[in-house]
Amino acid sequence: MSAAPFLTVRELSAVFPDKNGGLRALDEVSFEVYPREFVCVLGPSGSGKSTILRILAGLLAPTAGEVIFSAGPQPKIGMVFQEANLMPWRSVIKNLTLPLELAGLETEAAREKAGDMMDLVGLDGFEEYWPRDLSGGMAQRVAIARALIHDPDLLLLDEPFGSLDALTRERMWTELSHIWQAKQKTVLMVTHSISEALFLADRVLVLTQRPGKVKLDLEVELPRPRKEEIRYTPQFGRLARKLKKAIG
Amino acid sequence: MEPKHLRSLTTTTGRNWLGLASLAAGILAWWAAARFGGLPAFILPSPIQVWMRFVRALTDGSLFLHAGVTLFEILIGLLVGALSATVLGYLVAKSRTLERVLSPYLVASQAVPLVAIAPLLVIWFGPGMFSKVLICALIVFFPVLVNTVVGVRAVPTALHNLMLSLRATPRQILLKLEIPAALPVFLGGLRIGATLSVIGAVIGEFVGADKGLGFLINVGRGQFDTALVFVAVFTLIALALVLYGIVALAERRFLVWQDTN
Ligand SMILES: Nc1ncnc2c1ncn2[C@@H]1O[C@H](COP(=O)(O)OP(=O)(O)O)[C@@H](O)[C@H]1O
Ligand SMILES: [Mg+2]
Repeated sequence: MSAAPFLTVRELSAVFPDKNGGLRALDEVSFEVYPREFVCVLGPSGSGKSTILRILAGLLAPTAGEVIFSAGPQPKIGMVFQEANLMPWRSVIKNLTLPLELAGLETEAAREKAGDMMDLVGLDGFEEYWPRDLSGGMAQRVAIARALIHDPDLLLLDEPFGSLDALTRERMWTELSHIWQAKQKTVLMVTHSISEALFLADRVLVLTQRPGKVKLDLEVELPRPRKEEIRYTPQFGRLARKLKKAIG
Repeated sequence: MEPKHLRSLTTTTGRNWLGLASLAAGILAWWAAARFGGLPAFILPSPIQVWMRFVRALTDGSLFLHAGVTLFEILIGLLVGALSATVLGYLVAKSRTLERVLSPYLVASQAVPLVAIAPLLVIWFGPGMFSKVLICALIVFFPVLVNTVVGVRAVPTALHNLMLSLRATPRQILLKLEIPAALPVFLGGLRIGATLSVIGAVIGEFVGADKGLGFLINVGRGQFDTALVFVAVFTLIALALVLYGIVALAERRFLVWQDTN
Protein backbone atom coordinates (compact mmCIF):
# COMPACT_ATOMS: atom_id res chain seq x y z
CA MET A 1 0.00 0.00 0.00
CA SER A 2 1.04 3.61 -0.47
CA ALA A 3 3.14 5.13 2.26
CA ALA A 4 0.94 7.68 4.05
CA PRO A 5 -2.19 6.30 5.73
CA PHE A 6 -5.46 8.08 5.09
CA LEU A 7 -6.65 7.24 8.56
CA THR A 8 -4.74 6.26 11.68
CA VAL A 9 -6.59 4.87 14.69
CA ARG A 10 -4.38 4.74 17.75
CA GLU A 11 -5.17 2.88 20.96
CA LEU A 12 -8.82 3.66 20.78
CA SER A 13 -10.84 2.72 23.86
CA ALA A 14 -14.54 3.17 24.50
CA VAL A 15 -16.20 2.66 27.85
CA PHE A 16 -19.96 3.04 28.24
CA PRO A 17 -21.15 3.99 31.73
CA ASP A 18 -23.13 1.27 33.49
CA LYS A 19 -23.86 0.06 37.04
CA ASN A 20 -20.71 -2.00 37.53
CA GLY A 21 -18.03 0.51 36.75
CA GLY A 22 -18.45 0.88 33.00
CA LEU A 23 -18.84 -1.43 30.02
CA ARG A 24 -15.62 -1.63 28.03
CA ALA A 25 -16.59 -1.91 24.37
CA LEU A 26 -13.20 -1.21 22.76
CA ASP A 27 -9.81 -1.83 24.26
CA GLU A 28 -6.85 -0.04 22.66
CA VAL A 29 -7.77 -0.70 19.07
CA SER A 30 -5.15 0.42 16.58
CA PHE A 31 -5.11 0.17 12.81
CA GLU A 32 -4.48 2.14 9.68
CA VAL A 33 -6.41 2.61 6.48
CA TYR A 34 -4.70 3.73 3.29
CA PRO A 35 -6.15 5.96 0.57
CA ARG A 36 -8.67 4.17 -1.67
CA GLU A 37 -8.41 1.03 0.40
CA PHE A 38 -11.44 -1.15 1.10
CA VAL A 39 -11.18 -2.48 4.64
CA CYS A 40 -13.67 -4.82 6.26
CA VAL A 41 -14.10 -5.24 10.01
CA LEU A 42 -15.23 -8.65 11.19
CA GLY A 43 -16.00 -9.71 14.73
CA PRO A 44 -18.56 -11.32 17.00
CA SER A 45 -21.59 -9.28 17.84
CA GLY A 46 -20.90 -6.86 20.67
CA SER A 47 -17.21 -6.60 19.86
CA GLY A 48 -17.50 -2.87 19.22
CA LYS A 49 -17.60 -2.75 15.42
CA SER A 50 -20.41 -0.19 15.28
CA THR A 51 -18.75 1.76 18.06
CA ILE A 52 -15.63 2.18 15.91
CA LEU A 53 -17.70 3.54 13.03
CA ARG A 54 -19.63 5.87 15.29
CA ILE A 55 -16.39 7.29 16.65
CA LEU A 56 -15.00 7.76 13.15
CA ALA A 57 -18.20 9.48 12.05
CA GLY A 58 -17.95 11.88 14.97
CA LEU A 59 -21.17 10.60 16.57
CA LEU A 60 -19.38 9.43 19.70
CA ALA A 61 -16.29 10.64 21.56
CA PRO A 62 -13.78 7.92 22.45
CA THR A 63 -12.84 7.40 26.09
CA ALA A 64 -9.15 7.24 25.18
CA GLY A 65 -6.96 7.12 22.12
CA GLU A 66 -7.01 9.13 18.94
CA VAL A 67 -8.21 9.20 15.39
CA ILE A 68 -6.04 10.99 12.85
CA PHE A 69 -7.20 11.84 9.36
CA SER A 70 -4.44 12.91 7.02
CA ALA A 71 -6.96 15.03 5.07
CA GLY A 72 -7.69 17.32 8.02
CA PRO A 73 -9.57 17.27 11.31
CA GLN A 74 -12.96 16.13 10.01
CA PRO A 75 -13.29 14.56 6.58
CA LYS A 76 -16.54 14.42 4.66
CA ILE A 77 -18.28 11.20 5.53
CA GLY A 78 -20.81 9.02 3.80
CA MET A 79 -22.47 6.50 6.06
CA VAL A 80 -24.73 3.52 5.42
CA PHE A 81 -26.39 1.58 8.22
CA GLN A 82 -28.05 -1.81 8.42
CA GLU A 83 -31.38 -0.18 7.70
CA ALA A 84 -31.70 2.18 4.74
CA ASN A 85 -32.87 5.01 7.03
CA LEU A 86 -34.60 6.94 4.29
CA MET A 87 -36.83 9.82 5.33
CA PRO A 88 -40.35 8.57 4.59
CA TRP A 89 -41.61 12.10 3.88
CA ARG A 90 -39.09 12.65 1.09
CA SER A 91 -39.27 11.19 -2.38
CA VAL A 92 -36.41 8.96 -3.51
CA ILE A 93 -34.64 11.78 -5.33
CA LYS A 94 -35.08 14.13 -2.36
CA ASN A 95 -33.58 11.49 -0.08
CA LEU A 96 -30.70 11.08 -2.46
CA THR A 97 -29.89 14.79 -2.59
CA LEU A 98 -30.22 15.38 1.17
CA PRO A 99 -26.43 15.61 1.71
CA LEU A 100 -26.15 18.23 -1.05
CA GLU A 101 -29.06 20.17 0.42
CA LEU A 102 -27.43 20.19 3.86
CA ALA A 103 -24.18 21.42 2.36
CA GLY A 104 -26.02 24.18 0.47
CA LEU A 105 -25.11 22.69 -2.92
CA GLU A 106 -28.40 22.52 -4.78
CA THR A 107 -27.10 23.55 -8.15
CA GLU A 108 -27.94 22.41 -11.65
CA ALA A 109 -24.71 20.39 -11.63
CA ALA A 110 -25.83 18.75 -8.42
CA ARG A 111 -29.13 17.73 -9.99
CA GLU A 112 -27.28 16.22 -12.93
CA LYS A 113 -25.06 14.34 -10.53
CA ALA A 114 -28.12 12.99 -8.76
CA GLY A 115 -29.34 11.67 -12.11
CA ASP A 116 -26.00 9.94 -12.72
CA MET A 117 -26.16 8.50 -9.24
CA MET A 118 -29.63 7.05 -9.84
CA ASP A 119 -28.19 5.39 -12.93
CA LEU A 120 -25.18 4.07 -11.08
CA VAL A 121 -27.30 2.26 -8.51
CA GLY A 122 -29.82 1.15 -11.12
CA LEU A 123 -32.77 3.20 -9.89
CA ASP A 124 -33.40 5.28 -12.98
CA GLY A 125 -37.12 6.08 -13.17
CA PHE A 126 -37.81 5.77 -9.45
CA GLU A 127 -37.01 9.42 -8.64
CA GLU A 128 -40.50 10.41 -7.54
CA TYR A 129 -41.35 7.24 -5.61
CA TRP A 130 -41.99 7.34 -1.87
CA PRO A 131 -39.63 5.20 0.22
CA ARG A 132 -42.61 3.10 1.34
CA ASP A 133 -42.95 1.84 -2.24
CA LEU A 134 -39.37 0.52 -2.50
CA SER A 135 -38.17 -3.02 -1.79
CA GLY A 136 -35.47 -3.51 0.85
CA GLY A 137 -32.77 -3.85 -1.79
CA MET A 138 -33.85 -0.73 -3.65
CA ALA A 139 -34.01 1.30 -0.45
CA GLN A 140 -30.53 0.17 0.46
CA ARG A 141 -29.25 1.18 -2.97
CA VAL A 142 -30.71 4.65 -2.42
CA ALA A 143 -28.91 4.74 0.93
CA ILE A 144 -25.60 3.83 -0.75
CA ALA A 145 -26.12 6.44 -3.45
CA ARG A 146 -26.95 9.01 -0.78
CA ALA A 147 -23.72 8.18 1.04
CA LEU A 148 -21.75 8.85 -2.14
CA ILE A 149 -23.45 11.88 -3.64
CA HIS A 150 -21.57 14.57 -1.77
CA ASP A 151 -18.28 12.97 -2.79
CA PRO A 152 -17.19 11.98 0.74
CA ASP A 153 -13.57 11.29 1.65
CA LEU A 154 -14.52 8.22 3.66
CA LEU A 155 -17.34 5.73 3.29
CA LEU A 156 -18.46 4.03 6.52
CA LEU A 157 -20.71 1.01 6.05
CA ASP A 158 -22.24 -0.73 9.06
CA GLU A 159 -23.54 -4.14 7.97
CA PRO A 160 -25.24 -2.44 5.04
CA PHE A 161 -26.58 -5.68 3.57
CA GLY A 162 -27.50 -7.37 6.82
CA SER A 163 -31.23 -6.94 6.32
CA LEU A 164 -31.30 -8.22 2.74
CA ASP A 165 -31.99 -11.71 1.47
CA ALA A 166 -29.03 -13.77 0.26
CA LEU A 167 -29.61 -13.27 -3.46
CA THR A 168 -30.04 -9.51 -3.25
CA ARG A 169 -27.05 -9.31 -0.95
CA GLU A 170 -24.75 -10.99 -3.44
CA ARG A 171 -25.95 -8.73 -6.23
CA MET A 172 -25.21 -5.76 -4.01
CA TRP A 173 -21.63 -6.98 -3.48
CA THR A 174 -20.99 -6.80 -7.19
CA GLU A 175 -22.63 -3.39 -7.41
CA LEU A 176 -20.70 -2.04 -4.48
CA SER A 177 -17.35 -3.19 -5.85
CA HIS A 178 -18.22 -1.56 -9.18
CA ILE A 179 -19.09 1.69 -7.44
CA TRP A 180 -15.96 1.51 -5.33
CA GLN A 181 -13.81 1.00 -8.39
CA ALA A 182 -15.55 3.78 -10.30
CA LYS A 183 -15.42 6.28 -7.45
CA GLN A 184 -12.06 5.42 -5.91
CA LYS A 185 -13.24 5.84 -2.33
CA THR A 186 -11.69 4.81 0.95
CA VAL A 187 -14.12 2.38 2.57
CA LEU A 188 -14.43 0.94 6.05
CA MET A 189 -17.15 -1.66 6.20
CA VAL A 190 -18.45 -3.69 9.12
CA THR A 191 -19.78 -7.13 8.35
CA HIS A 192 -20.25 -10.47 9.99
CA SER A 193 -20.00 -12.44 6.78
CA ILE A 194 -16.60 -13.91 5.90
CA SER A 195 -17.55 -14.29 2.22
CA GLU A 196 -18.70 -10.70 2.07
CA ALA A 197 -15.40 -9.50 3.55
CA LEU A 198 -13.31 -11.60 1.18
CA PHE A 199 -15.38 -10.67 -1.84
CA LEU A 200 -15.02 -6.94 -1.24
CA ALA A 201 -12.01 -6.08 0.89
CA ASP A 202 -8.36 -5.36 0.31
CA ARG A 203 -7.79 -6.05 3.97
CA VAL A 204 -9.82 -7.58 6.80
CA LEU A 205 -9.55 -6.68 10.47
CA VAL A 206 -10.86 -9.23 12.96
CA LEU A 207 -11.91 -8.03 16.40
CA THR A 208 -11.96 -10.17 19.54
CA GLN A 209 -14.92 -10.72 21.86
CA ARG A 210 -15.78 -7.72 24.00
CA PRO A 211 -13.79 -5.69 24.77
CA GLY A 212 -12.82 -5.47 21.10
CA LYS A 213 -9.15 -5.62 20.18
CA VAL A 214 -7.64 -6.18 16.77
CA LYS A 215 -6.88 -9.90 16.65
CA LEU A 216 -5.95 -10.28 13.01
CA ASP A 217 -5.08 -7.90 10.18
CA LEU A 218 -5.27 -9.89 6.96
CA GLU A 219 -4.36 -8.79 3.42
CA VAL A 220 -6.78 -10.18 0.86
CA GLU A 221 -4.63 -10.86 -2.16
CA LEU A 222 -7.33 -11.98 -4.50
CA PRO A 223 -7.35 -10.64 -8.06
CA ARG A 224 -9.94 -8.05 -9.08
CA PRO A 225 -12.52 -7.79 -10.45
CA ARG A 226 -13.81 -10.60 -8.28
CA LYS A 227 -16.60 -12.76 -9.59
CA GLU A 228 -18.95 -15.21 -7.89
CA GLU A 229 -16.70 -18.13 -8.83
CA ILE A 230 -13.81 -16.76 -6.80
CA ARG A 231 -15.43 -18.32 -3.78
CA TYR A 232 -14.61 -21.79 -5.08
CA THR A 233 -10.86 -21.14 -5.50
CA PRO A 234 -8.35 -22.65 -3.05
CA GLN A 235 -6.97 -19.16 -2.27
CA PHE A 236 -10.38 -17.98 -1.12
CA GLY A 237 -10.84 -21.12 0.94
CA ARG A 238 -7.48 -20.65 2.66
CA LEU A 239 -8.26 -17.02 3.60
CA ALA A 240 -11.75 -17.96 4.76
CA ARG A 241 -10.34 -20.64 7.05
CA LYS A 242 -7.86 -18.16 8.52
CA LEU A 243 -10.63 -15.68 9.27
CA LYS A 244 -12.88 -18.37 10.65
CA LYS A 245 -10.13 -19.50 13.01
CA ALA A 246 -9.50 -15.92 14.17
CA ILE A 247 -13.16 -15.31 14.88
CA GLY A 248 -13.23 -18.55 16.86
CA MET B 1 -53.32 9.12 19.54
CA GLU B 2 -54.83 8.64 16.14
CA PRO B 3 -58.55 7.97 15.80
CA LYS B 4 -58.14 6.22 12.47
CA HIS B 5 -61.72 4.98 12.30
CA LEU B 6 -62.95 8.54 12.79
CA ARG B 7 -60.82 9.85 9.95
CA SER B 8 -61.97 7.23 7.50
CA LEU B 9 -65.53 7.96 8.62
CA THR B 10 -65.22 11.66 7.80
CA THR B 11 -63.39 11.18 4.53
CA THR B 12 -65.95 8.80 3.14
CA THR B 13 -69.10 10.75 4.07
CA GLY B 14 -68.69 12.96 0.98
CA ARG B 15 -69.70 10.11 -1.27
CA ASN B 16 -71.67 8.19 1.28
CA TRP B 17 -75.29 8.02 0.14
CA LEU B 18 -76.21 5.72 2.96
CA GLY B 19 -74.95 8.32 5.43
CA LEU B 20 -76.94 11.09 3.76
CA ALA B 21 -80.07 8.93 3.77
CA SER B 22 -79.56 8.17 7.45
CA LEU B 23 -79.21 11.89 8.18
CA ALA B 24 -82.42 12.64 6.30
CA ALA B 25 -84.19 9.86 8.20
CA GLY B 26 -82.98 11.39 11.48
CA ILE B 27 -84.39 14.80 10.58
CA LEU B 28 -87.64 13.18 9.51
CA ALA B 29 -87.87 11.37 12.85
CA TRP B 30 -87.23 14.65 14.65
CA TRP B 31 -89.96 16.31 12.60
CA ALA B 32 -92.39 13.45 13.38
CA ALA B 33 -91.59 13.61 17.09
CA ALA B 34 -92.23 17.38 17.15
CA ARG B 35 -95.36 17.10 15.01
CA PHE B 36 -97.02 14.10 16.68
CA GLY B 37 -95.28 13.93 20.06
CA GLY B 38 -97.58 16.48 21.62
CA LEU B 39 -94.63 18.45 23.01
CA PRO B 40 -94.80 22.27 23.11
CA ALA B 41 -92.38 24.15 20.83
CA PHE B 42 -90.34 25.44 23.79
CA ILE B 43 -89.48 21.84 24.63
CA LEU B 44 -88.97 20.48 21.12
CA PRO B 45 -89.28 22.82 18.14
CA SER B 46 -89.73 21.15 14.75
CA PRO B 47 -87.03 21.30 12.07
CA ILE B 48 -89.16 23.81 10.17
CA GLN B 49 -89.45 26.14 13.16
CA VAL B 50 -85.71 25.91 13.69
CA TRP B 51 -85.09 26.65 10.02
CA MET B 52 -87.34 29.74 10.19
CA ARG B 53 -85.63 30.93 13.35
CA PHE B 54 -82.33 30.41 11.56
CA VAL B 55 -83.40 32.56 8.62
CA ARG B 56 -84.62 35.28 10.99
CA ALA B 57 -81.36 35.28 12.98
CA LEU B 58 -79.48 35.41 9.71
CA THR B 59 -81.43 38.36 8.27
CA ASP B 60 -81.41 40.48 11.40
CA GLY B 61 -77.64 40.04 11.61
CA SER B 62 -77.60 38.61 15.14
CA LEU B 63 -76.30 35.21 14.04
CA PHE B 64 -73.35 36.74 12.21
CA LEU B 65 -72.50 38.92 15.17
CA HIS B 66 -72.56 36.16 17.75
CA ALA B 67 -71.03 33.47 15.55
CA GLY B 68 -68.33 35.97 14.56
CA VAL B 69 -67.46 36.71 18.17
CA THR B 70 -67.29 33.02 19.05
CA LEU B 71 -65.25 32.22 15.96
CA PHE B 72 -62.84 35.01 16.80
CA GLU B 73 -62.40 33.70 20.34
CA ILE B 74 -61.86 30.19 19.01
CA LEU B 75 -59.31 31.19 16.40
CA ILE B 76 -57.24 33.40 18.68
CA GLY B 77 -57.47 30.86 21.50
CA LEU B 78 -56.49 28.05 19.18
CA LEU B 79 -53.58 30.05 17.79
CA VAL B 80 -52.23 31.12 21.17
CA GLY B 81 -52.82 27.73 22.81
CA ALA B 82 -51.41 25.65 19.97
CA LEU B 83 -48.42 27.91 19.43
CA SER B 84 -47.36 28.03 23.07
CA ALA B 85 -48.00 24.28 23.46
CA THR B 86 -45.85 23.57 20.40
CA VAL B 87 -42.93 25.62 21.63
CA LEU B 88 -43.14 24.30 25.19
CA GLY B 89 -43.74 20.76 23.96
CA TYR B 90 -40.61 20.91 21.82
CA LEU B 91 -38.53 22.13 24.76
CA VAL B 92 -39.99 19.47 27.08
CA ALA B 93 -39.27 16.77 24.50
CA LYS B 94 -35.66 17.91 24.31
CA SER B 95 -34.99 18.35 28.01
CA ARG B 96 -35.70 15.73 30.67
CA THR B 97 -34.90 18.34 33.31
CA LEU B 98 -37.55 20.71 32.02
CA GLU B 99 -39.97 17.81 31.86
CA ARG B 100 -39.34 16.99 35.53
CA VAL B 101 -39.72 20.63 36.54
CA LEU B 102 -42.98 21.09 34.65
CA SER B 103 -44.62 17.71 35.03
CA PRO B 104 -46.41 18.42 38.35
CA TYR B 105 -48.04 21.47 36.78
CA LEU B 106 -48.88 19.64 33.58
CA VAL B 107 -50.44 16.72 35.42
CA ALA B 108 -52.32 19.03 37.80
CA SER B 109 -53.56 21.23 34.96
CA GLN B 110 -54.97 18.12 33.37
CA ALA B 111 -56.72 17.10 36.59
CA VAL B 112 -58.40 20.51 37.00
CA PRO B 113 -61.72 20.50 35.18
CA LEU B 114 -61.67 23.65 33.10
CA VAL B 115 -65.41 24.08 33.54
CA ALA B 116 -64.81 24.50 37.26
CA ILE B 117 -62.20 27.23 36.98
CA ALA B 118 -63.86 29.07 34.09
CA PRO B 119 -65.86 31.27 36.54
CA LEU B 120 -62.62 32.19 38.25
CA LEU B 121 -61.06 33.23 34.97
CA VAL B 122 -64.08 35.36 34.14
CA ILE B 123 -63.88 37.00 37.60
CA TRP B 124 -60.21 37.75 37.10
CA PHE B 125 -60.20 38.78 33.47
CA GLY B 126 -63.70 40.16 33.02
CA PRO B 127 -66.65 39.06 30.91
CA GLY B 128 -65.08 40.28 27.66
CA MET B 129 -63.41 38.24 24.96
CA PHE B 130 -60.12 37.92 26.78
CA SER B 131 -61.32 35.39 29.34
CA LYS B 132 -62.85 33.25 26.55
CA VAL B 133 -59.69 33.33 24.50
CA LEU B 134 -57.82 32.26 27.60
CA ILE B 135 -60.16 29.34 28.29
CA CYS B 136 -59.89 28.27 24.65
CA ALA B 137 -56.12 28.45 24.75
CA LEU B 138 -55.98 26.44 27.97
CA ILE B 139 -58.22 23.68 26.67
CA VAL B 140 -56.27 23.43 23.41
CA PHE B 141 -52.93 23.51 25.19
CA PHE B 142 -52.71 20.04 26.64
CA PRO B 143 -53.50 17.78 23.69
CA VAL B 144 -51.20 19.79 21.45
CA LEU B 145 -48.44 19.75 24.07
CA VAL B 146 -48.68 16.00 24.63
CA ASN B 147 -48.69 15.22 20.93
CA THR B 148 -45.78 17.56 20.28
CA VAL B 149 -43.75 15.82 22.98
CA VAL B 150 -44.67 12.36 21.70
CA GLY B 151 -44.01 13.38 18.09
CA VAL B 152 -40.62 14.93 18.75
CA ARG B 153 -39.54 12.08 21.04
CA ALA B 154 -40.45 9.58 18.32
CA VAL B 155 -37.98 11.06 15.82
CA PRO B 156 -35.87 7.99 14.92
CA THR B 157 -32.39 8.02 16.47
CA ALA B 158 -31.06 6.48 13.28
CA LEU B 159 -32.18 9.48 11.23
CA HIS B 160 -30.72 11.78 13.86
CA ASN B 161 -27.39 9.98 13.54
CA LEU B 162 -27.63 10.23 9.78
CA MET B 163 -28.07 14.00 10.01
CA LEU B 164 -25.16 14.29 12.44
CA SER B 165 -22.89 12.20 10.22
CA LEU B 166 -23.68 14.68 7.43
CA ARG B 167 -22.73 17.56 9.74
CA ALA B 168 -26.24 19.02 9.77
CA THR B 169 -26.67 22.18 11.85
CA PRO B 170 -29.21 22.26 14.72
CA ARG B 171 -31.41 24.42 12.53
CA GLN B 172 -31.28 21.89 9.68
CA ILE B 173 -32.08 19.09 12.11
CA LEU B 174 -35.12 21.04 13.30
CA LEU B 175 -36.40 21.96 9.85
CA LYS B 176 -35.53 18.88 7.84
CA LEU B 177 -35.89 16.15 10.43
CA GLU B 178 -37.77 16.98 13.60
CA ILE B 179 -40.64 19.00 12.15
CA PRO B 180 -41.51 16.63 9.31
CA ALA B 181 -41.04 13.57 11.52
CA ALA B 182 -43.25 14.94 14.30
CA LEU B 183 -45.89 16.36 11.96
CA PRO B 184 -48.30 13.39 11.81
CA VAL B 185 -48.65 13.08 15.58
CA PHE B 186 -48.65 16.86 15.98
CA LEU B 187 -51.51 17.32 13.53
CA GLY B 188 -53.43 14.59 15.35
CA GLY B 189 -53.16 16.71 18.51
CA LEU B 190 -54.16 19.84 16.64
CA ARG B 191 -57.25 18.08 15.32
CA ILE B 192 -58.33 17.22 18.85
CA GLY B 193 -57.45 20.75 19.98
CA ALA B 194 -59.52 22.34 17.21
CA THR B 195 -62.62 20.50 18.36
CA LEU B 196 -61.97 21.25 22.01
CA SER B 197 -61.48 24.96 21.35
CA VAL B 198 -65.15 25.26 20.38
CA ILE B 199 -66.11 23.75 23.73
CA GLY B 200 -63.73 26.15 25.50
CA ALA B 201 -65.32 29.23 23.95
CA VAL B 202 -68.84 28.10 24.83
CA ILE B 203 -67.89 27.29 28.43
CA GLY B 204 -66.51 30.80 28.79
CA GLU B 205 -69.58 32.37 27.29
CA PHE B 206 -71.90 30.36 29.52
CA VAL B 207 -70.18 31.74 32.60
CA GLY B 208 -70.55 35.34 31.63
CA ALA B 209 -70.74 37.15 28.31
CA ASP B 210 -72.89 39.53 26.36
CA LYS B 211 -71.98 38.16 22.93
CA GLY B 212 -71.28 34.84 21.31
CA LEU B 213 -73.14 31.63 20.54
CA GLY B 214 -72.92 30.49 24.17
CA PHE B 215 -74.57 33.75 25.16
CA LEU B 216 -77.21 33.19 22.48
CA ILE B 217 -78.00 29.77 23.97
CA ASN B 218 -78.48 31.38 27.38
CA VAL B 219 -80.76 34.03 25.87
CA GLY B 220 -82.81 31.43 24.02
CA ARG B 221 -83.23 29.39 27.17
CA GLY B 222 -84.25 32.43 29.23
CA GLN B 223 -86.85 33.52 26.70
CA PHE B 224 -88.18 29.99 26.05
CA ASP B 225 -86.95 30.54 22.47
CA THR B 226 -85.79 26.94 22.14
CA ALA B 227 -85.58 27.19 18.35
CA LEU B 228 -82.83 29.81 18.88
CA VAL B 229 -80.95 27.37 21.13
CA PHE B 230 -81.10 24.84 18.31
CA VAL B 231 -79.84 27.41 15.81
CA ALA B 232 -76.89 28.26 18.06
CA VAL B 233 -76.08 24.60 18.67
CA PHE B 234 -76.13 23.77 14.97
CA THR B 235 -73.93 26.77 14.23
CA LEU B 236 -71.44 25.53 16.82
CA ILE B 237 -71.47 22.08 15.23
CA ALA B 238 -70.81 23.68 11.86
CA LEU B 239 -67.89 25.70 13.26
CA ALA B 240 -66.38 22.61 14.88
CA LEU B 241 -66.73 20.60 11.66
CA VAL B 242 -65.11 23.32 9.57
CA LEU B 243 -62.13 23.58 11.95
CA TYR B 244 -61.79 19.82 12.06
CA GLY B 245 -62.00 19.72 8.29
CA ILE B 246 -59.26 22.32 7.88
CA VAL B 247 -56.88 20.26 9.99
CA ALA B 248 -57.92 17.09 8.15
CA LEU B 249 -57.18 18.85 4.86
CA ALA B 250 -53.78 19.91 6.14
CA GLU B 251 -53.12 16.30 7.06
CA ARG B 252 -54.05 15.13 3.62
CA ARG B 253 -51.91 17.81 2.05
CA PHE B 254 -48.79 17.32 4.20
CA LEU B 255 -48.92 13.62 4.93
CA VAL B 256 -49.32 12.22 1.42
CA TRP B 257 -46.19 10.21 1.99
CA GLN B 258 -47.88 8.12 4.66
CA ASP B 259 -49.11 4.64 3.98
CA THR B 260 -52.83 5.15 3.68
CA ASN B 261 -54.13 1.60 3.91
N1 LIG C 1 -24.79 3.89 23.65
C1 LIG C 1 -24.41 2.79 24.33
N2 LIG C 1 -24.58 2.73 25.67
C2 LIG C 1 -24.21 1.62 26.35
N3 LIG C 1 -23.65 0.54 25.80
C3 LIG C 1 -23.45 0.54 24.48
C4 LIG C 1 -23.83 1.66 23.67
N4 LIG C 1 -23.52 1.39 22.39
C5 LIG C 1 -22.96 0.15 22.39
N5 LIG C 1 -22.92 -0.35 23.64
C6 LIG C 1 -22.35 -1.66 24.02
O1 LIG C 1 -21.04 -1.74 23.55
C7 LIG C 1 -20.77 -3.03 23.02
C8 LIG C 1 -20.33 -2.93 21.58
O2 LIG C 1 -21.43 -2.49 20.81
P1 LIG C 1 -21.38 -2.37 19.22
O3 LIG C 1 -20.28 -1.48 18.84
O4 LIG C 1 -22.73 -2.00 18.77
O5 LIG C 1 -21.06 -3.87 18.81
P2 LIG C 1 -21.13 -4.57 17.38
O6 LIG C 1 -21.48 -3.54 16.38
O7 LIG C 1 -19.78 -5.17 17.17
O8 LIG C 1 -22.15 -5.64 17.50
C9 LIG C 1 -22.03 -3.84 23.20
O9 LIG C 1 -21.90 -4.63 24.36
C10 LIG C 1 -23.10 -2.80 23.38
O10 LIG C 1 -24.12 -3.29 24.22
MG1 LIG D 1 -23.21 -3.33 15.13
